[in-house]
Amino acid sequence: MAHLLELEDVQTHIALKDGVIRAVDHVSLTIDPGETVGIVGESGSGKSMTALSIMRLLPRAGRIAGGAIKFKGRDLAELSEDEMESVRGTEIAMIFQDPMTSLNPVYRSGWQVGEPLRIHRHMDRGASIEAAIDLFKKVGIPDARRRVTQFPHQFSGGMRQRAMIAMGLSTGPSLLIADEPTTALDVTIQAQILELLRNLNRDYGTATILITHNLGVVAGMCDRVAVMYAGRVVEQGTTDDVFEHPEHPYTWSLLRSIPRLDAEAHEPLKPIAGSPPDMLHLPEGCTFRPRCPFAIDRCGVEEPELEPVRSQLSRCWVTQAGRSLDGAS
Amino acid sequence: MTAYILRRLLLMVPVAFLVTVGVFMLIHLSPGDPALIMLGEDRTPDAIATIHKQLGLDQPLYVQYLIWLGHIVHGDWGRSITTHEPVAQAITERLPATLELGSVALIWSLLVAIPLGTIAAVRRGSLTDQIATGITVAGVSIPNFFIGIVLIFVLSVTLRLFPFGGYVPLTTDPLESLRHVALPAIALGTAGAAINMRFTRSSMIEVLNLDYIRTARAKGASWRRVVFVHALKNALIPVVTIVGLQIGGIIEGAVVTETVFTWPGVGRLAVESIFNRDYTVIQGIVLIAAFSYMVANLLVDLVYGWLDPRISYS
Repeated sequence: MAHLLELEDVQTHIALKDGVIRAVDHVSLTIDPGETVGIVGESGSGKSMTALSIMRLLPRAGRIAGGAIKFKGRDLAELSEDEMESVRGTEIAMIFQDPMTSLNPVYRSGWQVGEPLRIHRHMDRGASIEAAIDLFKKVGIPDARRRVTQFPHQFSGGMRQRAMIAMGLSTGPSLLIADEPTTALDVTIQAQILELLRNLNRDYGTATILITHNLGVVAGMCDRVAVMYAGRVVEQGTTDDVFEHPEHPYTWSLLRSIPRLDAEAHEPLKPIAGSPPDMLHLPEGCTFRPRCPFAIDRCGVEEPELEPVRSQLSRCWVTQAGRSLDGAS
Repeated sequence: MTAYILRRLLLMVPVAFLVTVGVFMLIHLSPGDPALIMLGEDRTPDAIATIHKQLGLDQPLYVQYLIWLGHIVHGDWGRSITTHEPVAQAITERLPATLELGSVALIWSLLVAIPLGTIAAVRRGSLTDQIATGITVAGVSIPNFFIGIVLIFVLSVTLRLFPFGGYVPLTTDPLESLRHVALPAIALGTAGAAINMRFTRSSMIEVLNLDYIRTARAKGASWRRVVFVHALKNALIPVVTIVGLQIGGIIEGAVVTETVFTWPGVGRLAVESIFNRDYTVIQGIVLIAAFSYMVANLLVDLVYGWLDPRISYS
């Protein structure tokens, strides 16, 4: 089966006063139709920049410096702005982290949710608002007919995120990119939104890229996962494999740093030592080496490639050499 | 909405009271006793007392105020000391000219400021932006009477594109009226245009960096649609606030501009009355100016509420 989206060696650079940041560094990733793929990593690991590169919505200082973003046979990186506008909101929709600020405060919610239909399907205002009412019902916003006439400030955070999702789904896109869709919400609301995304993925077959720093979300939602660190994918594989036997010390450390219900009582959490690297001055060799409990001499000299290790891909000299991360401390 | 307007009107009552008290006191600031001026040489104590009685000046101050207020409310604003023309009539005759000048000046300032500010924001750092900024600095720093004189010299005297001076009522000949109002309105509105342009620019830059703009882009909205539909309405909210404050400046500026352009409006009437120490007319003009300012700010608040639905009318 052909991939729906295929990132090949994508590089995104951001020009700052003090130098150029390689925010997305040779990232390759595929998403198949109907699949849910997670991208995990700390703040600044390049996961959002990867998503914004796909959408070609990078900040002013950012640009795609290399690689290809193949979507349904076309390279999005090569499209003109006009062509890209006909992809955004129709073929690929995106929802953002903070529903409080992601909706325009001066327009009615129904107007905003129906807008992609007016832009791309040339629907008139009345029809688009009728469609918005149906979409509101689909995403579980009660009293839809009244809700479409309200402004975002009259919605709760969870309702706004539902409205955002309704907006994303309005044109029936084949790919939905959700950038930290639940981070700004209460825990109970988070579960509802994730449930909604899961149902929509199941009912409409919309492939989903789920960007999150929350491993629990990935475990519950994603078929496959890519772990990012300092702009690079350091590990990639099926969610089961990666969680069962991580093959990169960063993933291994991440999994040990979160509380688990099935853990032995009184087992202490183990935070990852050190802090994320300065993107302007990355360390020699492997970017994770300064924080890595497994580092060997080679790690400080030469940067590893993303290579198959057991059933997944890992960017690590240690596991590529056949050593196991189990039992180490 | 209706309730909101009614409430706003009600809130204007105390302000209106203070304004009328202030204006009433104005006449008492004028030096001398009117009876002495009226009597000239024949100032016997009896004659003075009679005149005081005739004019109601023997009454306590608050009674005088109430009588005066009653007259004002009934449209009797007294007579000009110099021309003996009723004040209300003198002002209403001149008011359309000033209203036309002020509105055209305001419209001009917004027509320049909003598109220019938007373009400067969208292309910030570009040559267009720098030129717009240069014009702005010039527009704010050059006093409007000087702009007026330059405009008269270049566009009217030298190029003969616009007539110099003279007022044609809008109702008589709209086109000719606009031709006559153009230069004074440009002179009066330019400083405001410059300030509004700066505000539009900075507000637009701020709005364009907000999350919902990215959402609009993610929907596939064109850049033009994003700027003019999604950003502009938000960006105009602070601009409207500034425009509200400028209305006072326009009333003030009209005094100078009308003098430079011999524009037969209330501003020039004010200047003439001040020179003639025509206190009754000055009183009337101050009253009209204060009320115009209050009404204009009510209108601004309504526009504000229309732009920003988060402002509740209830």
